[in-house]
Amino acid sequence: MDSVIKVEELTKRFGNFTAVDHISFSVQRGEIFGFLGANGAGKTTAMRMLCGLSRPTSGRGMVAGYDIETQYEDIKNNIGYMSQRFSLYEDLKVWENIRLFGGIYGVDEKEIKHRTDELLAELHFEKERNAYVKSLPLGWKQKLAFSVAIFHRPSIVFLDEPTGGVDPATRRQFWEMIYAAAEQGITIFVTTHYMDEAEYCNRVSIMVDGRIDALDTPRRLKSEFGATTMDEVFRALARHAGRKE
Amino acid sequence: MDAIVTDRLTLSYGSVNALKEVTFAVHRGELYGIIGADGAGKTTLFRILATLVLPDSGQAWVDGYDVKAQYREIRRRIGYMPGRFSLYQDLSVKENLSFYASVFGTTIKENYELIAPIYSHLEPFARRKAGNLSGGMKQKLALCCALIHKPSVLFLDEPTTGVDPVSRQEFWDMLGDLRSRGITILVSTPYMDEANRCDRIALMREGEFMQVDTPQHIIASYRDELWAAESDNMFRLLGDIRHFEGVKRCYTFGVEHHFTADATVVERLRTYLAARGYKELTIRRVAATIEDCYMQLEDKYHG
Repeated sequence: MDSVIKVEELTKRFGNFTAVDHISFSVQRGEIFGFLGANGAGKTTAMRMLCGLSRPTSGRGMVAGYDIETQYEDIKNNIGYMSQRFSLYEDLKVWENIRLFGGIYGVDEKEIKHRTDELLAELHFEKERNAYVKSLPLGWKQKLAFSVAIFHRPSIVFLDEPTGGVDPATRRQFWEMIYAAAEQGITIFVTTHYMDEAEYCNRVSIMVDGRIDALDTPRRLKSEFGATTMDEVFRALARHAGRKE
Repeated sequence: MDAIVTDRLTLSYGSVNALKEVTFAVHRGELYGIIGADGAGKTTLFRILATLVLPDSGQAWVDGYDVKAQYREIRRRIGYMPGRFSLYQDLSVKENLSFYASVFGTTIKENYELIAPIYSHLEPFARRKAGNLSGGMKQKLALCCALIHKPSVLFLDEPTTGVDPVSRQEFWDMLGDLRSRGITILVSTPYMDEANRCDRIALMREGEFMQVDTPQHIIASYRDELWAAESDNMFRLLGDIRHFEGVKRCYTFGVEHHFTADATVVERLRTYLAARGYKELTIRRVAATIEDCYMQLEDKYHG
């Protein structure tokens, strides 16, 4: 198996504050990788480096085959990204959102048309083609946002708390889409505060005070910590955090 | 009179019915949870009770005062922590708190005793800008700001969304403490595990209260036979169970899948799955949680 992410000793300092402290890990193609940690543990800072949005202070990393230090523009073109806070333009129609993001990621005009039809058919959204995104129910918006994030067929998609504030039924529909995408070989890198979702990941890492304190399958982590749920594992690790904020 | 009383509250935004004839009451000193997703109407309800918008029809009273005619009285008596914004990002922790105190004509010192257990977590960062605090800390500061004038009723709109599990637990411990001091708390959340910490909960969906009761009664009212299944290939297992004849519903539930079916169906299902070549297959009977109750209501909604 080849790795889609591989980082070694990745570090980010702001002044004398070390937000990310020498983290090393790799993520395999087609894997669902859960990136957990308390608020302030350094997840967002680490993720920004992986997405090519900020440069490491030290350490090395490759994402989707590109160097995060020197080829960050290539990284941006070859990954997908979705967050709960921002993903689609509410005041644009369904087809306009698809066209906009397809264009930004450099998919050519003809191909956008073809893939839009395909995507709308797959989601059973043909009737909503001209609907404004703000008029869609939340569950539909999420499905569309995820489809748009992988529209340019990236090898990896980063999902930053994609299910924050979402009801149990909609969260489950969303995870079934994640499963299906992973089955097709798309690598999933996901952050969440729902510990039941941590169980859906192939492997999970838990950040504490800028370091990765645990990384394994949910099953092995639970047995290592003598816990029955990932929630207990998380609590056991986060309790020892020195950094409050 | 109860701390919060509503009678057929209704509000529409254009063609969207945000709130449909919602009638409920919250007793004095009660910790009352509203459980529902984005778009269920929770925020609209809070905004009416906090006297920020008027309903199209229906009535509501907070602490005995009418939300339409006596809104000034209500504003003095409530603390409101909106979901998205309630802090000034460019002011420090201390400045935010002083500001809210002055708006209500009081001082930090005067009511320090009430916020002390919460504010003690924040004091080391008193000079840090609110914008530079992370999730859990921001929520604690916002709670202090909502409490600084000693309100009798507290409205908390999704205070723990985006907050990590440890900070969430701390936050709920604080709410328990406030409740024991006699403050009435109405709180909304999308987290089902938090429902268990409320005296009563309302499950809300598309502008309506679907079920109101104590968490224990809601769980006890779950009628279906519920099972949990686990195997080496969870994704394939989900589809196989869901499409098996006699299975009413099947959904992911952390490390297992939960599904409802009669015992006779489960026996046939075991045989079928064994023949499909699953390894390490286990199926066991389990007790329902609030989350299972929500999933059941969701199904009824869709017919």
